[in-house]
Amino acid sequence: MQLRFVLPLFLLWSVCQAAPDGEALYEQHCAACHGSEGLGGVGVPLALPAFQQSVDDDFLHKTIRLGRPGRVMPGFRFLKDQEIDAIVQHLRGFVPGKRAAFSRQPVKGNAAHGKALYAKYCAACHGAKGEGGKGTGVTFSRPRDLPIIAPAINNSGFLASAGDAMIKEALMQGREGTPMISFLKQGMTEQDINDVVAYVRSFEKQPPDEKPIEFEKEPLTLVYDSPHSFEQTVEKVKQAAVGMNFRIIRVQTLEDGLQAKGEENSKQVIVYFCNFQLLNQALAVDPRVGLFLPCRVTVVERAGKVQLYAINPKRLSVLFNNNELNKLCTGMYDTYVTILEEASL
Amino acid sequence: MSKPDKIYRSMMARLLLCLGLVLPGLAHADLMMMIRSHQTFPEAMALLQEAIKETGYTVSRVQRVDIGLTKSGYKTDKYRVVFFGKPAEIRDLTARYPELQAFLPLKISIFAEGNDTIIVTANPQHLKRAGDAKLQKVINRWEKDISRILTKMRKAD
Ligand code: HEC
Ligand code: HEC
Repeated sequence: MQLRFVLPLFLLWSVCQAAPDGEALYEQHCAACHGSEGLGGVGVPLALPAFQQSVDDDFLHKTIRLGRPGRVMPGFRFLKDQEIDAIVQHLRGFVPGKRAAFSRQPVKGNAAHGKALYAKYCAACHGAKGEGGKGTGVTFSRPRDLPIIAPAINNSGFLASAGDAMIKEALMQGREGTPMISFLKQGMTEQDINDVVAYVRSFEKQPPDEKPIEFEKEPLTLVYDSPHSFEQTVEKVKQAAVGMNFRIIRVQTLEDGLQAKGEENSKQVIVYFCNFQLLNQALAVDPRVGLFLPCRVTVVERAGKVQLYAINPKRLSVLFNNNELNKLCTGMYDTYVTILEEASL
Repeated sequence: MSKPDKIYRSMMARLLLCLGLVLPGLAHADLMMMIRSHQTFPEAMALLQEAIKETGYTVSRVQRVDIGLTKSGYKTDKYRVVFFGKPAEIRDLTARYPELQAFLPLKISIFAEGNDTIIVTANPQHLKRAGDAKLQKVINRWEKDISRILTKMRKAD
């Protein structure tokens, strides 16, 4: 074994052992949603002094690890503890200054009283069951009522990351610069606040609103056989889509733009259709969803057999980790099935 | 095995392990692949198409989602979907895996957010089929290529 082989390897190896780079990791995994300076976007802002001063490192670490299931923020299970710590340090760099540290002792309060206060003071923003405001983060690209969407506080990821003392602090101090105000200043007593905290904690035992969609059990695509000729089937897809209030945007071969004109497979055609009101609504729920719009049905003839193909919106919705989108996509699934059934009737 | 050989082997093993952890997009499974570009929308849009071509794919179409919305009276910032693929590969795959016809050509969406641009696509791993090694190879390459395109966009100023 020669030294000239070992040396470069050793150098590479030691580079690999070096401390993880928090900034690079943040840019790679977080900046798309939270902004490079933590100002927010699809995600909530992370650079607000009031936020940073009222959360501890443990909360940040756990939030990154667990994410917020069903609320867009993914859990980063594949990152190592050291890497998450490096990201936390990078986040802390947004706002230098004193750091909160919270006791993990439970706050004692009367949850029944807290429930009444919650309905009166909190539900308007955080939802009747703590499910959070509609939409995500501070998305600049579309108009909305609240500058920052109220997070889901019934969320398993939130409740596992935030101790009672931290939740109490959010209610006592509010988060300056956000719609979250101090409820001490609103006239609640400390005992009232303890009661609300006890109620928020009780969300942990609340059964989930809806059954999550099971990705593995959903087929990748919706496939229907058509008894009609290829041309008739294309026409029937168009009629069925129009019948469901869609506008036909374009009918093209799947290979359009890929193969030279005349070389395309003319028996493999995509019918694109859209309902702009629905699209607008979907983009407000999740700006990423344009990826699967406009809607489309692909009509194919192979060996004399005509078939219809469409994506399964329910299965795709799982990729977005967004409960609200699941509802829309379940509706879209029914719409697709209706169109496919009608076209192949 | 001589002692230096052993050391060499053990280091080689660690090196491979560590490379696996370092290469982005390979060692983990983000369901969505999403990045922020610090370029404005028109710059990012041009770079995206260039990066797709450089990676060996053909851009087949750009869908202007925002235009349709604006025409229908909705307010929105720039929003496009870029369709792309390798012509021969798409012909071959749609014949062998008919269910993929609903997903091809591949696509990436790109939208403005202030002075930045967000680029996002679903990780092609969502198309995988258990036990199909041939298809898995194609999907892995798509993931790697898209990852390369996105990294390039993330790092451009
Ligand atoms: C006007 C809307 C509004 C009202 C009313 C409101 N909140 Fe908030 N709340 C927010 C927003 C927005 C945030 C996010 C602040 C931030 O980004 O740091 C927030 C943050 C929080 C947090 C911290 C969550 C986290 O993930 O960091 C808790 C806990 C909370 N609110 C509980 C409550 C409770 C309990 C009430 C009622 C007593 C209440 N809020 C009333 C808008 C509101
Ligand atoms: C796909 C978009 C997305 C990505 C990627 C993402 N987040 Fe989030 N993040 C969100 C959203 C949306 C919320 C708010 C959840 C809610 O409204 O309930 C959030 C919430 C948070 C919170 C809690 C804020 C609060 O007020 O309690 C922290 C901390 C956070 N994210 C950090 C990170 C870090 C660090 C990364 C990268 C490792 C990351 N996020 C990646 C979208 C994202």
